Amino acid sequence: MPNSLSARIPGFTALAIACLLVACGADNSEPAATTAADKAPEPVVVYSARAEQLIKPIFDAYTAETGVEVRYTTDSEQPLIQKLLAEGQTTPADLLLTVDAGNLWYAAEKGVLRPVRSDVLQADIPEHLRDPENQWFAMSVRARTIVYDTRSVDPADLKGYADLADPKWAGKLCLRTSAKVYNQSLVAMLIASLGERRTEEIVRGWVANLATDVFSNDTKLIEAIEAGQCQVGIVNTYYFGRLQKENPDIPVAIFWPAADTGGVHVNVSGAGVTRHAKNPEGAIALLDWMSQPKAQKLLGGENMEYPANPTVAAHPMVVAWGEFSASPMNVARAGEFQADAVKLMDRAGYR
Amino acid sequence: MQGPTAVPAQAVDASVRAARSGRHAGFGWLVALIALIASAPLLVALSSLFVDTGDIWSHLLTYVLPEAFTNTLLLVAGVATITSLLGVSLAWFVATCEFPGRRFFAWALLLPMAMPGYVLGFALAALFEYTGPLQSGWRATFGADTEFPGLGPAGASILTLSLVLYPYVFLICRQAFASQGVRGIEVAQSCGFRPVQGFFRVSLPLARPWIVAGVSLAIMECLADFGTVQLFNFTTFTTAIYRSWYGLFSLQSALQLSLVLVTLVLGALLLEKRFRGASRYTSTASAGHSRLELGKPQRLSVSLYCAAVLFVAFVLPASLILVWSVRSFGVEFDARYWHLAGNTLMLATMAAALITTVAVLLAFAVRYAPGRMNQALARIATLGYAIPGTVLAVGFFVPVAALSRWINGTLLSDSGTVVALQGGLSVVLLAYMARYLAVAHGPIDSALLRIKSSIEDAARGMGVSGLRLLGRVHVPILRPAIVTALLLVFVDVMKELPITLMTRPFGWDTLAVRVFQLTTEGEWQRAALPALAIVLAGLVPVVILSRRND
Repeated sequence: MPNSLSARIPGFTALAIACLLVACGADNSEPAATTAADKAPEPVVVYSARAEQLIKPIFDAYTAETGVEVRYTTDSEQPLIQKLLAEGQTTPADLLLTVDAGNLWYAAEKGVLRPVRSDVLQADIPEHLRDPENQWFAMSVRARTIVYDTRSVDPADLKGYADLADPKWAGKLCLRTSAKVYNQSLVAMLIASLGERRTEEIVRGWVANLATDVFSNDTKLIEAIEAGQCQVGIVNTYYFGRLQKENPDIPVAIFWPAADTGGVHVNVSGAGVTRHAKNPEGAIALLDWMSQPKAQKLLGGENMEYPANPTVAAHPMVVAWGEFSASPMNVARAGEFQADAVKLMDRAGYR
Repeated sequence: MQGPTAVPAQAVDASVRAARSGRHAGFGWLVALIALIASAPLLVALSSLFVDTGDIWSHLLTYVLPEAFTNTLLLVAGVATITSLLGVSLAWFVATCEFPGRRFFAWALLLPMAMPGYVLGFALAALFEYTGPLQSGWRATFGADTEFPGLGPAGASILTLSLVLYPYVFLICRQAFASQGVRGIEVAQSCGFRPVQGFFRVSLPLARPWIVAGVSLAIMECLADFGTVQLFNFTTFTTAIYRSWYGLFSLQSALQLSLVLVTLVLGALLLEKRFRGASRYTSTASAGHSRLELGKPQRLSVSLYCAAVLFVAFVLPASLILVWSVRSFGVEFDARYWHLAGNTLMLATMAAALITTVAVLLAFAVRYAPGRMNQALARIATLGYAIPGTVLAVGFFVPVAALSRWINGTLLSDSGTVVALQGGLSVVLLAYMARYLAVAHGPIDSALLRIKSSIEDAARGMGVSGLRLLGRVHVPILRPAIVTALLLVFVDVMKELPITLMTRPFGWDTLAVRVFQLTTEGEWQRAALPALAIVLAGLVPVVILSRRND
């Protein structure tokens, strides 16, 4: 009978859904063995926007040292923050690990993090590298600075970010796309220190000086300088470090803008304990450990960044690039002005 | 000859009458349920309409959208043109002509599909950009100041996306031409036309639903693409969506923009449907396997043409990826790769089975009970394919997490247990369904057009109906289309990134996730190994299924 058969379809569907739910429940169930195990410490669960190859060595070292398991999942910054927002109290995450001060600021702003009291973190992480309310702490510092072609540029002619808008650099400047958060933070910091009007003049000057279309990543930009497509550009130093590691004779060098031009723009990777963490003590203990010399060396060294803890020395190759004066402004301000920066770059035609 | 024949409006067949009498309520529920799950992200996007996003829209309208809109139209026009030219011509040659290497090209021409667009884009860019070997050689030969005729962001995006997407058209049309056989051409010849005229006058119009199905998949995929256009810095609607979200911190305006995108797609699909009108396509059943005999020069040029496409779209980039993989093998390869490959194949297999089953049920249910409501719901259920992946992932995740919070808040508030629906495999699979239902539904729905209602009527006359009708009559006839759907979903899921990233349970990393980890840090050469592994894993079903289908 047609009726009886088609009427069974909801039944089939319900069965299928039941199977899916069971499958889901089964995935989630923790192994019952934990009750029998001799009080294994509770694992710390991390949502990480830092790539696996950069964080795994650190978590492995932590587990080896303390016996605490670190479970992590990776994704991009914004999806992770939305995930935390959507999950609310049901989130399994104890710690959010992400790059860029703008994203950390946004996470704090959206209330997915909680203030943390830790003497270790207060001592290890300088004030301008943490949230004013201690909702997040920088774990490494990345400098976004100027690189130039050593064959055709006299470093004496270089001054700072604003100077790259000068017509003397017409047809010589390479920039990465404004879609990248690093450039959004850079422009946000310029707005914070120089004001919106002056910053827009600078960005328009950059666009006018471009040698070619913007690049999709810093590595390609440095390679373009090497190939002679342009002479100056703005990049994060560790991208240069990786290329220099491969080719020590690369005809490109780093220039540090001086303090009187506002200093070097720095950004951070950082972490904060989630609002609904099930294991906040475990998360804070991991953060404390990550701010100490051993982990700081790993964090900075693995990716040729600068350690956030000022008592720890960077990778020897990074040290060889010389000292610089970082912009003293709290990195969180990049978040406050990020949307303005994006709009400004749109207006100025910086793609 | 069974050509497209207009059917008078009053010729309402038995199943419509049956639906009107409300005897098939079960199918109605089924369609509604599928549509509800698949359109969850759309509902979330709709809810964003009531959110005030401040001055973001006026900013976007002034500075971002004009360029994004023009570029998107250009991209769609370019990709639609190239994928249909390549896909249809290659499919026709492979299905109806005899030439050297035909059996090889029948499956090999599908290979570019297994490569993620941004990987192909990166490989092509490495060869063709300023610092690449081609331009460096050019400058060395003609001097540093001579302009190299480059493609620019628009050309590069169109070319890359066309090369990874033409296999969708190729696969779906190949099946259409194969079942059409050479009968159409023979009829045309008997009417005094040459084979080429026969192709344009008979074969092409007959294959229209399949061409449309294939090209609309390609267009939807390219509308949702972010990785490739981002690589070439080509501002499109999708990059505008991500700019609002990641740059302006406004997920709501990103959702609103996605809704605009989906509405445009829906409009285009409905327009096509109207143009197609009431044409009806039925099978020329016993097509046989005879093929057109070509003259020697034609045979060779067809082989050469196939080889050229395969070379540019696959051999060239794959060789480069292979070279990089070999270089980075020592650093990159470890035992985890087996685990990653296992996860990838398992997720892709499960998703292909689930989504194809649902697509068959959906297409059949709508045919069995074709009310306006059901048709509209089926249409809505397949729109997820045009939504940019990350937006869709969030759109699917939000209601699931909300449901989970509700269960915990009301049902389990005192029990002390916490149930998280998210974080289970079922959520990943259902989210894949919301995205890829269109991919499976396209070929199956167009193949279903070919089943004569007289066959169904005859079966019903013998007392076979409902799901038994589906099992006994439709599934056997739909077999090639089902294989096509399985293959398309399998390969798509294998490359999938944003949904996998957001909804995968702990430890369920895939090869695509590995590619992502490396490319976000700019480690493109190391990413070659997992990318190559995706291509190799994709090869298995491509070869098995195409051989069987040939």
